[in-house]
Amino acid sequence: MRSRRSGAAAAAQAQDLAKVSLQREGDQLVVGLAGSWQISAHLPGTTAVEAALDGPPPPEGIQFDSAGIESWDSTVVTFLMGVENAADSRSIPVDHAGLPDGVRRLVELARAVPERGTRTEEPKGSPLARIGRLGMRVYDGALGELEFLGEVARAFGAFVRGKARYRKSDLRLLIQQAGADALGIASLVSLLFGLILAFVGAVQLQQFGAAIYVADLVGVGMVRDMAAFMTAIIVAGRSGAAYAAQIGTMKVTEEIDALRTTGISPMEFLVVPRVVALVLMMPLLTVYADLMGILGGYLVGVGLLNISPMAYIQQTIGAVNMTHFFPGVIKGTIYGLLVALAGCKQGMAAGNSASAVGDAATRAVVNGVVAIIVACGVAQVVSWVFGI
Amino acid sequence: MIETTTVSAPPTDQISVRNLTMSYGDFVVMRDLNFDVSPGEVFVIMGGSGCGKSTLMRHLLGMIEPASGEIFYGGESFTAASREVRESYLRRFGVLFQGGALWSSMTLAENIALPLEEYSGLRAADIRDVASLKLSLVGLRGFEDYYPSEISGGMRKRAGLARAMALDPEILFVDEPSAGLDPISSRLLDDLILELKESLGTTFVVVTHELASIFTIASKAIFLDTNTRTATAIGPPAELRDHSQDPAVRAFLRRGEEEHE
Repeated sequence: MRSRRSGAAAAAQAQDLAKVSLQREGDQLVVGLAGSWQISAHLPGTTAVEAALDGPPPPEGIQFDSAGIESWDSTVVTFLMGVENAADSRSIPVDHAGLPDGVRRLVELARAVPERGTRTEEPKGSPLARIGRLGMRVYDGALGELEFLGEVARAFGAFVRGKARYRKSDLRLLIQQAGADALGIASLVSLLFGLILAFVGAVQLQQFGAAIYVADLVGVGMVRDMAAFMTAIIVAGRSGAAYAAQIGTMKVTEEIDALRTTGISPMEFLVVPRVVALVLMMPLLTVYADLMGILGGYLVGVGLLNISPMAYIQQTIGAVNMTHFFPGVIKGTIYGLLVALAGCKQGMAAGNSASAVGDAATRAVVNGVVAIIVACGVAQVVSWVFGI
Repeated sequence: MIETTTVSAPPTDQISVRNLTMSYGDFVVMRDLNFDVSPGEVFVIMGGSGCGKSTLMRHLLGMIEPASGEIFYGGESFTAASREVRESYLRRFGVLFQGGALWSSMTLAENIALPLEEYSGLRAADIRDVASLKLSLVGLRGFEDYYPSEISGGMRKRAGLARAMALDPEILFVDEPSAGLDPISSRLLDDLILELKESLGTTFVVVTHELASIFTIASKAIFLDTNTRTATAIGPPAELRDHSQDPAVRAFLRRGEEEHE
């Protein structure tokens, strides 16, 4: 019983749907509106009306008959605007007299201000023009990058000469955030990475009864490359993103403008302390990660491969020397510089909205990671060429 | 350079703008602006939303370069000046941005202290006293050690004004003083501006479209018209409302209401 009633109700609702009927009265087209025009229901299209406007013969005017209308909201106005636009493009006059009073007022309100300011799509042009535009964009981007580097270099010069305007307390806080605060995550990641390296090596080396060389693999691998690399990736995610977000937000709230109008260079005040903090902290983090990575290898070697603790330590000391250590630390420092520059650059270039700050943070991490990997690749080639 | 007929008296006033055209790329925002601001005036830049009011203020501060034309301070060209000279001008300006633009990592006292540390010869303890004084002038006594995030929008704006006044500037630029403020707070800020003008003789350049504010504070106003992309009127606002030649200016100053004559 209940289900039949709801079925009947649905049927009644279906009959109530918005309906459009078209009728010719002499040279006039009468658009009849009936049923319930609700935003929750469907919206009739204007194709039938447009077809009727095209004739033959085309009507001299449009009138409305809204006697059958039961209820309406802005959907009816949406439909009518479609009809109006179709009529306008064919220069057919529209008579609003037959519309309900409220609808008529809304239509007139919507049409009160002529359409303007429609966004013009950039013309596609020929493939050659598109290549040209792409080239110009790349050129502008590269120019912006160089300009930023130049300004940073200038501000850094002022910093070295002790003339830069920044707050020492800011620098201390930044150093703490970039260094000490990153120790937890850096420990975890490098310890695990040392473990992973040891496991990967052990599987192969055990086949030759050379499990002791796990110490060499982990030691050299971590100290020369992986400690710096993994730390830099962590720092890109932590500090690089934070720098872009901090500076980007300051741009949105006009704090950067306030600095400029106070005569303080944002480069000196914001960018240089961040770059200095990371460049100082990355070598330390790298050394720390070296040790944690070796500890990870030690746990696997001693705990699972039955290498004696002394033998593992001796083997590591024998394998790792300064030609591994210094390149690793230098690489770490360079990665830190790249991450800080990428973060600050994206922050300074951020747009003026909340989503633009999010974009800047994303780009800072992506550019930072890409820069790290490219630099790492370059470093490998350089050290191979020079036989380090 | 081609001299146009709009060139008026030689630039000797505190602020003089000659034939200023502002644009973003190819899009011209306003063209051929000419006006002078005398010492101790409250000069209001008014016009509909998006007409380029704030852009004009940014030009006056040298944050955007003009497409053409020149800006003079005290008869000296600001547009043609070197970076160093411009920085020396900036010391004589104070700016209150729309949201206050306080540096969020510093307390209110530190915000005010920063320009003082940069440009004054005061000792640290004196700087703290000056900062406290400026805060009490804007009714924020005792808020020295609050961070901007801990106070309301209206208070942030007043603190921003205190920072803009830190160095007792000759010219104070104010961007949309009423934006985001309730009528009472907005009125208080207007009164504060008038008080500072009277007591310190500071010149104000205020960007606003708030009529109540315009009639309260402005000694002279310029109307930027979006449609013609140029200034269509300049003068005391009450006079412009009653006697301007341009119906758009009269309508703006009457909130679009019919004129009863």
